[in-house]
Amino acid sequence: MRGRDRLVLKKRVNNMTFVETQYVNFSETLTLKSGAKLSPITVAYETYGALNADKSNAILICHAFTGDANAAFFHKDAKKPGWWDDMIGSGKAFDTDKYFVICPNVLGSCKGTTGPSSIDPKTGKPYGLSFPVITIQDMVSLEKRLVDHLGIKKLLSVAGGSMGGMQSLTWPVMYPDLTHSSIVIAACHRHTAQQIAFDEVGRQAVIADPDWKGGDYYGKAIPKSGLAIARMIGHITYMSEMSMEQKFGRKLVDKEQLGYSFATDFEVQEYLEYRGQSFVDRFDANSYLYLTKAMDYFDLTEGGKKLTDVLQRVTADFLVISFTSDWLYPSHQSQHLVRSLKANDLDVSYVELKSDYGHDAFLVEFDDQTRIVSNYLAKVVKERVERA
Amino acid sequence: MIRLDYEIIANIIEPGAKVLDLGCGDGELLTLLREKKGCRGTGIEIDDGEVMRAIEKGVSVSHGDIGRDLDVYADKRFDYVILNESLQQIINIEKIIDEALRVGRYVIVGIPNFCHIRARIQLFFHGRVPVTKSLPYKWYNTPNLRFLSLRDFRSFCCEKGVKIEKARYLAEGQEVSLCTNLLADAGIFVLSRG
Repeated sequence: MRGRDRLVLKKRVNNMTFVETQYVNFSETLTLKSGAKLSPITVAYETYGALNADKSNAILICHAFTGDANAAFFHKDAKKPGWWDDMIGSGKAFDTDKYFVICPNVLGSCKGTTGPSSIDPKTGKPYGLSFPVITIQDMVSLEKRLVDHLGIKKLLSVAGGSMGGMQSLTWPVMYPDLTHSSIVIAACHRHTAQQIAFDEVGRQAVIADPDWKGGDYYGKAIPKSGLAIARMIGHITYMSEMSMEQKFGRKLVDKEQLGYSFATDFEVQEYLEYRGQSFVDRFDANSYLYLTKAMDYFDLTEGGKKLTDVLQRVTADFLVISFTSDWLYPSHQSQHLVRSLKANDLDVSYVELKSDYGHDAFLVEFDDQTRIVSNYLAKVVKERVERA
Repeated sequence: MIRLDYEIIANIIEPGAKVLDLGCGDGELLTLLREKKGCRGTGIEIDDGEVMRAIEKGVSVSHGDIGRDLDVYADKRFDYVILNESLQQIINIEKIIDEALRVGRYVIVGIPNFCHIRARIQLFFHGRVPVTKSLPYKWYNTPNLRFLSLRDFRSFCCEKGVKIEKARYLAEGQEVSLCTNLLADAGIFVLSRG
């Protein structure tokens, strides 16, 4: 427990440093997995720490579904730091005193990287549904361009949770020689029927909103109610029965007894409504459709391949983490991945962390994750970089 | 100071050997084998706290039941498969030993001796289930599922056609070689398919 206490003391926001998102434009055409071609493409990204002389300390952080390039530290005038500020910074899991951390916004998002809300240079209007359907592999192809642009030949690690974990798993499959290690947290190698089903309900909620207008709503009313409902469903799947019970139970909102109406009775209702409403102000409905579709299309074993065969060319070391109460990306999916990595004689460490936070645990349980990730990275440096 | 059982196991294993430690705990043995012998190794451990301590040591480890992923390994993938102080906590011993001998050229088994003289005295004269230094648990909180003597294990190997390549016996932090089933509190066996 001593280690734990030490880390608790370390919990602090990276409050003294402001960061800015940077942008790079790629004019060269990107051929997508579907065969469609896309250009030009802008990538929004942030970097923390310094690249060392031999460029061997770079770590790529892949964000989850609705994340962005601001993984850590504060933007000027921002109230909150980046989405993984607990994990990235001086003395933290991804220690910016040692490592050069890069976090790009994914293709198809609405946080600076080209997506359906970006202007199509051919028409001068937002792409909307004329934006091509993208995949996790396409996100990785674009991230590879960014890594090349930064002059990095081989990453020390690629890491991410949830959709970020799908990317960090795909990286060494697509580019076996370009990363020493991969950290896959609360993720999977293929979306299951249940995962697709939840995404589909979210998409249907957006599409059913009359303001969605076939995706052509830019500059007009946005499909607020549909997107809010989609987010509410999402939030239910990110939590666990236990965490909801602990947080809300059957507590009532500003009343002593049931209202016998369809107004808000329970705190959990109010929470979901709040989450839904605040989401529509920060996320584009079409990006919601494109990114959930990308996750649903994600299947490394596509075409009936075996995962062990798919991983054959992989040379990276792996760290896989899952959480006991995560029912959206349950541990057995991580365990299946671990088995296939072992079958290929790859170096893999796996831990299922105890947590009541459900899928959200990867954003919350920074204490255990810090212990694991910081020591794991030290091992990768020792065994893969220093030995070479 | 290095634990005697670890020292014995480290002396048995050749430098650079590939090792799988089933029930590796906090990874201390794997760390020793890596540092002293340059062994490449990996472990499996059921306790999440131990798994985290192993990762802190820079050991490659996966969290789960001992037998979970053995079937994915090709034959003789490892030079040594280690089952130190874990065999007595396993339900399907025959299957695990069998699989360990399939994936490893050699299997090293370290077991406590449930028929050590102190245990026998407690059983015979006091009529109590023994609690000793090497068997510190009470009947109601023991994690052990299998209660065997060193002789029991030797005859198990004989019945199953498993060859005992080497056997080393420990008592009170020293090695012993006489009346081992009476005087040794633990034994370390190197097994092979012969």
